[in-house]
Amino acid sequence: MSRLKLSGVSKRYGDFLAVDNIDLELQSGEFVSLLGPSGCGKTTTLRMIAGFIDPTLGTIEMDGQILSSPSGSVPPDRRQMSMIFQSYAIWPNMTVEQNVAFGLELRKIARAEVRRRVGEMLEVVHMSHLADRYPAELSGGQQQRVALARAIVIRPSVLLLDEPLSNLDATLREEMRFEIRRLHDEFHVTTVYVTHDQAEAMVTSDRIAVMNGGRIEQVDAPRALYDKPKTRFVAGFIGRTNFIEGTSDGRQIAFDGFALPHAGFERDVPAGGKAVFSVRPHSMRLSEAPPTANNGCAAVGVVIMERAFLGEHWDYVVKPRESAMTLRVTTSPMDDFPVGASAWLEFEPRQMALIA
Amino acid sequence: MTDNSLEIRALHFSGVASRLRRLDASLLLWLALIAVLAFLILNPVLRLIISSLQQTDTGHFTLANYRSAYGNIRHLQSLLNSLELGVGVALLATCFGVPIAWAISRTDMPCKAFIRLMVFAAFVTPPYLGAIGWILLAGPNSGWLNKVWMALTGAGHGIFNIYSMTGLILVIAVTSFPYTFVFTSSALDLVSSEMEDAANILGARTLRTTLRITLPLVTPAIIGGIIISFLEAIALFGAPALIALPARFNVVSTQLWQFFEYPVRVEEAAAYAMPLLAITVLMFWIQRRILGRRGYTSVTGKGGERRMIALGAWRWAMLAYALLVCALSVFLPMLVLIQAAFAKAWGRGFSLDNLTLHNFYYLLFEQTQAKQTIVNTFVYSGVTAFAAISLTLAIAYVVNRKLVPFSNVLAFLCMAPFVVPGIVLAIGFYAAYAPPPLALYGTATILILGFTTRFLPIAYTSSAAGLRSINPEMEEAVRILGGSRLLAIRKVLIPLLKKSLAGAWILVFIPATRELSSAIFLVGPNTRVISVMLFDLSEEGNFEVLAALGVILLVATVAIAAIGSKVIGRDFMLRRNS
Repeated sequence: MSRLKLSGVSKRYGDFLAVDNIDLELQSGEFVSLLGPSGCGKTTTLRMIAGFIDPTLGTIEMDGQILSSPSGSVPPDRRQMSMIFQSYAIWPNMTVEQNVAFGLELRKIARAEVRRRVGEMLEVVHMSHLADRYPAELSGGQQQRVALARAIVIRPSVLLLDEPLSNLDATLREEMRFEIRRLHDEFHVTTVYVTHDQAEAMVTSDRIAVMNGGRIEQVDAPRALYDKPKTRFVAGFIGRTNFIEGTSDGRQIAFDGFALPHAGFERDVPAGGKAVFSVRPHSMRLSEAPPTANNGCAAVGVVIMERAFLGEHWDYVVKPRESAMTLRVTTSPMDDFPVGASAWLEFEPRQMALIA
Repeated sequence: MTDNSLEIRALHFSGVASRLRRLDASLLLWLALIAVLAFLILNPVLRLIISSLQQTDTGHFTLANYRSAYGNIRHLQSLLNSLELGVGVALLATCFGVPIAWAISRTDMPCKAFIRLMVFAAFVTPPYLGAIGWILLAGPNSGWLNKVWMALTGAGHGIFNIYSMTGLILVIAVTSFPYTFVFTSSALDLVSSEMEDAANILGARTLRTTLRITLPLVTPAIIGGIIISFLEAIALFGAPALIALPARFNVVSTQLWQFFEYPVRVEEAAAYAMPLLAITVLMFWIQRRILGRRGYTSVTGKGGERRMIALGAWRWAMLAYALLVCALSVFLPMLVLIQAAFAKAWGRGFSLDNLTLHNFYYLLFEQTQAKQTIVNTFVYSGVTAFAAISLTLAIAYVVNRKLVPFSNVLAFLCMAPFVVPGIVLAIGFYAAYAPPPLALYGTATILILGFTTRFLPIAYTSSAAGLRSINPEMEEAVRILGGSRLLAIRKVLIPLLKKSLAGAWILVFIPATRELSSAIFLVGPNTRVISVMLFDLSEEGNFEVLAALGVILLVATVAIAAIGSKVIGRDFMLRRNS
């Protein structure tokens, strides 16, 4: 049985549908991210799971018990969850130790046991030496660690994180991503993580739910989401991509200025009609000489329109000779083509994802 | 399948029940708060309006009260006098406040911190104490300034007469110019100096820039200040009573007071108070319109380093002007007041043999009433501040967290007393609660309730501002870890709000200790407060004892304000928070 289950959850504010009919299931110990641009409903969804907001429609269940429904909900303080807030919400009137001990004390745990568990937890987040400090004396990263310790020490049934890294600087953010994943690997708490940063989601999550306009567009493991985006939004939101449209006649798929054999594509490409594909800039190869055709790959003559050197790679904009469209291609720093030069662009149908 | 649907129905039922429970609780809370506010605000104001339309004995509808209130040429003259007073004070206060605000905010005038402190001192000085200081300074012939004049010129009589409309305007303007100062300087502080730089770079000189760019940008704020000092002047009771009555003219507030002389004519007073209420509501509406206009004030926040205008030699002239204003509002009146407080007879001057502590000894040990009055003042003010803040904090919390529907009604009611002059509010309270069934006349309760209502807006603005500064996530963090809302309020919210609540308490306490215009209508023989006693002493002409009592009040006020500044941060009273 799944740990946490959202069925048909919607939230309406007046005329605005913030969350639109969401279904999501989390297995015990799973780490799922809600990823999307601001205003997509991810924080509203998280706050409904926490019980701060009641859904307008649908239910939220945990271990088969209904927590939230439009007609009434278990209040947040009875859900045995914990949450990490965007502002961390570390109470400035309590020391680090008192902050972390708070949830345990509410659970009427003996004082000695509280001390022991708080000590252990602070050890885990490397904050033992600062136990007696007040939050105002801590850096952003340290406050973040206190928030993590305070949330995890009570062994919550579900851990909720609301954009926890958005207030940190870039280096610290990168460090804390791995820290959050490490803590998850250590404690296996079922986790829902809200973020608008795809890298954060990909580092931390077992699965990612991409949200847009109040709906979940796709839920998948990070790799699958990147390689096989199912919608235009997902393909565009996770990484950069090119969208190209082709017409299939069962034997081959004709694009603007070139064609690729149908056999090279995955089976779900329809035999007839129009189809849109997402092609990642680095899934195409740019070369000087026409490559030898093999297993369904096809090469197209292109002209280099623009380019930029970004250190780790080249960024090219190319135009197939017989076509009006332009494509973005990234290559290794070695592949140096001047603007205006002719080159060959090789497509690999298996790396082209069909967009619904 | 059947089981399942049964379960869903059961769940549905329990859901409805729990929703009903929740609605119940929040509805009760809302009703309770509305009831308290209706008692404090709606009922007195409504009773005021209703009783202005009632016959004294029968309670029948009548317009006779209005006829007798306005059918008298003296009463109409008082109304005109009030308008003249308001306009005069507003203009003079602007002449005092705006240049000083500009000098402090935009120029390199020396001694800024000192001038600021003196403006603050003028702000905390009750207007009636300033008036008494000025009676000692410019009373005909006996006043200090007249004595100096006579000594210098050998003239037979003095040239200043404080007992005149001009004198009254001066006295009120020197105590109310801090309003124009605060409004103007907080607007000036927000005007980026890049606005001025842009004019400079196009070739405009300092004076031109100031007159064409800077001052127009803050015009709405200046008008706001003018309106406030106008309203302050027409609502004031103490200073006009001390100066206008001996000068044998009346203003609206003193006229209202006379309706309360035996036989008390509440209904006529209520009718006569209506224009004051109407003007105040109208002026506040205009002020909101002016200040609310977007795009005019380029309040874009502070843009980097602020460059002060170098005034050159003029900065000494500017300082001299600021010191002159401070002299008129603080130095001179306070000097003569302190002299009188320690003098056997104030007219005998600054000689050593005239020094005595007897006035204080008399107040604190000999005269039993005075001691009681001092205790009353501080107890009532303390309780008032506590009550106003507890109530407004609860309301601000409910409004901020949207716990009940229509919570904005609560916020509106809290701010409503702002547009009711103290003297009008007091008459409303008198009309509503002095007669049976409550029969609160002469009790401490009616004073405390009246004060609480009067200072509800100050308390509400501070409570709401304090609450807004705290991220709701602080509380949510308690909830999600298993704590109830009450626990979150007790363990996190209140400790975090301690400082701003202390500030709010002082902000209510200080004006409550000096409140006269509503107290004068509500005190009884055993509930007198310092302000009322000062007023009575001035009628007896006992200026030495009066000055001593004033000094006690000022020392206590300054001490509390000083503690406040230390704990909460300098200047906390001069911040504009409306």
